Amino acid sequence: MTGETLNQQEKTALKELIYQLADDDFILAYRGSEWLGLAPHIEEDVAFSSINQDMMGHASMYYHLLEDLGEGEADRIAHLRKPEEFRNAILLERVNGSGTYLDKPDYDWAFAVVRNYFYAVHKHIRLESLRMSSYEPLANAAKKIMTEQYYHLMHWDIWFKQLLMSTEDAKHRMLSAVDRVWRDFGGVLTLGPFYGEIVKAGLIEDEPLLKKRWLNRIEKVFSETGITVPGEPLIESGNGRKGEHTPDLAEALSTLSEVYATNPASGW
Amino acid sequence: MVIQSMNLKEKVISALKDVKDPEIASVSILDLGMIEDVEEREGSVLIKALPTFVGCPALHIIERDVKQAACAVEGVKEVHVEFVYTPAWTTDRITEEGKERLKEFGIAPPPANHVMGEPWCIDCPYCGSSYVTMENIFGPTACRSILYCKSCKNPFEAMKPVADMN
Repeated sequence: MTGETLNQQEKTALKELIYQLADDDFILAYRGSEWLGLAPHIEEDVAFSSINQDMMGHASMYYHLLEDLGEGEADRIAHLRKPEEFRNAILLERVNGSGTYLDKPDYDWAFAVVRNYFYAVHKHIRLESLRMSSYEPLANAAKKIMTEQYYHLMHWDIWFKQLLMSTEDAKHRMLSAVDRVWRDFGGVLTLGPFYGEIVKAGLIEDEPLLKKRWLNRIEKVFSETGITVPGEPLIESGNGRKGEHTPDLAEALSTLSEVYATNPASGW
Repeated sequence: MVIQSMNLKEKVISALKDVKDPEIASVSILDLGMIEDVEEREGSVLIKALPTFVGCPALHIIERDVKQAACAVEGVKEVHVEFVYTPAWTTDRITEEGKERLKEFGIAPPPANHVMGEPWCIDCPYCGSSYVTMENIFGPTACRSILYCKSCKNPFEAMKPVADMN
């Protein structure tokens, strides 16, 4: 399918899906960028920055797809929407820890590793499915993004396994991060209120199928590292796909868009 | 004279040989395989380029340099540069010349016909030894990794292999 051959319903479903994909990458890349200079060691600072730069590039690619679908300029879509118009999962907007980048940042590395690892596994599964999307520009974008995401997944896989199998303290922190991420992760795995139309239009595979693949993969990693899966991933604090968000998102967006909002002529 | 026998499209392509990657000064974007197509019609030129990595911050600079180089060709009236993602850029597009130039810059070129997920053999660009260690799969730019040669004791970079994952 191309932009011209979509009917109105399919077009709405397509846009909803692309907003989810774009906003997920956008906000997590921003949270990642707040770690700059604060990562556990200099190699990680380099690696994490690269990953965030790639992810921001992926978000920008999706925003351009939306621009092509008549949603307005990509930079405006990224910077000038209200928080309730964002479709990212709540987990991805949550602050890195207490304090801010400039004032006593006390960030939680275990939370960063678990959140990014679980997301990377999901993103990989989602891209695998999007490669066969009925909307060709989306399928092409997925193929491109996948070549880069491959390295991200590898990176977080190593961190996740090594921390879980190192000291008791590390394991303890990782387990409490897993618990915390689990309470929100259902929000990442859902396709939101337009789920039926999205799947019917052949844009991506069925939600339960993708969720099952994610769970299987995580179960396998958990059994390798000797931990147990805490049941179904939950959506405790609201569904970002419906525009429900925490105050963390509004705060992040106001910081992130400060320059653009002041002068939209400035390049992103 | 060779130049005279070239048509306008060939002249534009030839001019692109001088456009270098802003982050790897020895390699032209042509040798990196970033140029997918050049269309020319009555002096109006459309250049389709493939970004290496999506979030590459050098794309704006590359776009500007490509435009400048093409505009300088006699007979060219206007130039448009478009970044496209089909086909996806892979490291197999780098020419032999490009690989040599990467080495000159201290960057190990990616292996040809790489299959993602399989081990990746890297030789030191200075001494050719394969006795090397990976320090960080991520490097100073998205497309590079950082390594250390145990033979000649040089730190060096390698371009990450990017293969089609179909």
